[in-house]
Amino acid sequence: MSLDAALRPYLSVFSGRFQLMLQYRAAAVAGFITQCWFGVIRILIFAAFYAGGAAHAPMSLANAVTYTWLGQAFLAFLPWAPDPDVADMVRSGAVAYERLRPVDTYAWWYARALGWSLARVAPRAMLMVAFTSVLLPLVGLGKWGLPPPQSLAAAGLFALSAVGMVLLSAAITLMINTVVVATMTDKGAGALAAAVVNMLSGLVLPLAFFPDWLRPWLRAQPVAGLIDIPFSIYFGGLSGWSAAGAIALQFGWVVILVLAGRAWLGRSMRRLQVQGG
Amino acid sequence: MPQILVEELSKTYRIAERDPGALGAVKGLFRRRWRTVEALSGVSFRMDQGELVGLIGPNGAGKSTTIKILSGILEPTSGRCEVDGLTPWRQRIRHVARIGVVFGQRTQLWWDLPVIEGFDLLRDIYRVPPDRYAATRDELVALMRLEKLLNQPVRQLSLGQRMRCEIAAALLHEPQLIFLDEPTIGLDAPSKLAVREFVGRLNRERGVTVILTTHDMHDIEALAERVIVIGGGRILADGSFSDLRAGVLAERRLFVDFAEAAPSIDLPEVRVVARAGRQIELAFDPRRITAPALIARIVAAHPVDDIHVEEPLIEEVIARFYDLHGAGES
Repeated sequence: MSLDAALRPYLSVFSGRFQLMLQYRAAAVAGFITQCWFGVIRILIFAAFYAGGAAHAPMSLANAVTYTWLGQAFLAFLPWAPDPDVADMVRSGAVAYERLRPVDTYAWWYARALGWSLARVAPRAMLMVAFTSVLLPLVGLGKWGLPPPQSLAAAGLFALSAVGMVLLSAAITLMINTVVVATMTDKGAGALAAAVVNMLSGLVLPLAFFPDWLRPWLRAQPVAGLIDIPFSIYFGGLSGWSAAGAIALQFGWVVILVLAGRAWLGRSMRRLQVQGG
Repeated sequence: MPQILVEELSKTYRIAERDPGALGAVKGLFRRRWRTVEALSGVSFRMDQGELVGLIGPNGAGKSTTIKILSGILEPTSGRCEVDGLTPWRQRIRHVARIGVVFGQRTQLWWDLPVIEGFDLLRDIYRVPPDRYAATRDELVALMRLEKLLNQPVRQLSLGQRMRCEIAAALLHEPQLIFLDEPTIGLDAPSKLAVREFVGRLNRERGVTVILTTHDMHDIEALAERVIVIGGGRILADGSFSDLRAGVLAERRLFVDFAEAAPSIDLPEVRVVARAGRQIELAFDPRRITAPALIARIVAAHPVDDIHVEEPLIEEVIARFYDLHGAGES
């Protein structure tokens, strides 16, 4: 089989999902507005915190603002829940059909998850960048907007790290999918994942604000690659070799999670009991 | 070498159980009690290319488990199974590329997508070459009369329309073996007939091997030359339907409309099943008395308006068969 033919099912499910999800324009606009709202609140909190005296703050207010807007722009990458299609299939029993497809189920679901997250993020991120990098400076609120990356090198490293973020997000979504398959319900897996991801990724509070002794551990765990690593690279908090090391760590986690996830999904699928019918 | 070889296939499930009530729920937190359920125990059969076999049995008999193992979804606990030389659950990807499966109670098409887009997606999934795909699709669309349905989202189709699309969808990659698990469930009479006719043609004209499970015995009567009856996870019978019928229920029925009030019939070979006004329904065993002989005797003794003979309903035959083997659902 040629490479082209081998990849066809995966490319097809990716582009199909991407195109379908792009149709949901109202959801994108609603998501954008919600994320603006939360962004403003977070920035107000940071502003109050820095106004109260921030001599020991681990990052400047400007960087905290940057970090916040990036987090809002890429929020939909956060793997809070199983892929809704997979959850539906498990609930209805149609998941059995997934085993009848001549494809590697893990790769097939991974492509599906990528199409899903990219299509949800793309319009929201574009709106967010237009708002924070163009509109806010135009009305004289540039201080509260999203500046460009700290340097050209930072931009390049950020792009690479963003790829890692996307791949990591899909790998974690696949882990949550597997929990859904193993437990036959989508309740629980998502709730637990959301709590862990929000706390450990740096979304709620940048990891730099955590105590010194905890920080190396927080930076090393996989979820840091979803927010803290790429965003710190963006504003220059991580640069040079430490940025390269962080990106290597990100991709290392992708490899580990993909291999472990694929083995685990295979195991769960073989144990799957589709009742009735 | 048969196309399908199944030897001593067994499948056991473990099911968690708990005592009823709150106390049972609390106990279940600390100690799980497992019950083992034997879905299949020692099933063996063979099938050749081009056969059309009906797989029947009461609910919970193991029909679906058998199909799921043969199609590569489930792994059996023990036993051997080869389809075209491949072990379905070990060489799953190669195996499933060559089979088609329809589960009547589920859908493999995408609810939100128009039918034609679902077909296109299946073309990519099964890596069907584009020209080959166009030809197969057009043929299936014509055969199943899908022209008007192609641009409708699947969610808007009626059950009968959807089932026609489902069957077409399972055939786009031209499998030589198809599994139909209750393809006529819930369909109205015309849709059932359409599905039956199509499956029959597929088997006769293309030589496609078909394994069909159903609770509608008319599907079996119309299509299957060979019937495998499964009950309690075992094969109870494997042969032609007429042999099955003869072995279980040779009895036939004679309906007689008398010219006046029905007389009492007192023949040793005959049992009176029902009596209403001027009509009597008699059961007789053709091995003990032939229909012409019985009719002659009745007509000679009484004035008769009308008379006809019926085979027992096919459902009755099957119900009797399940009863005899203790295979009814427990």
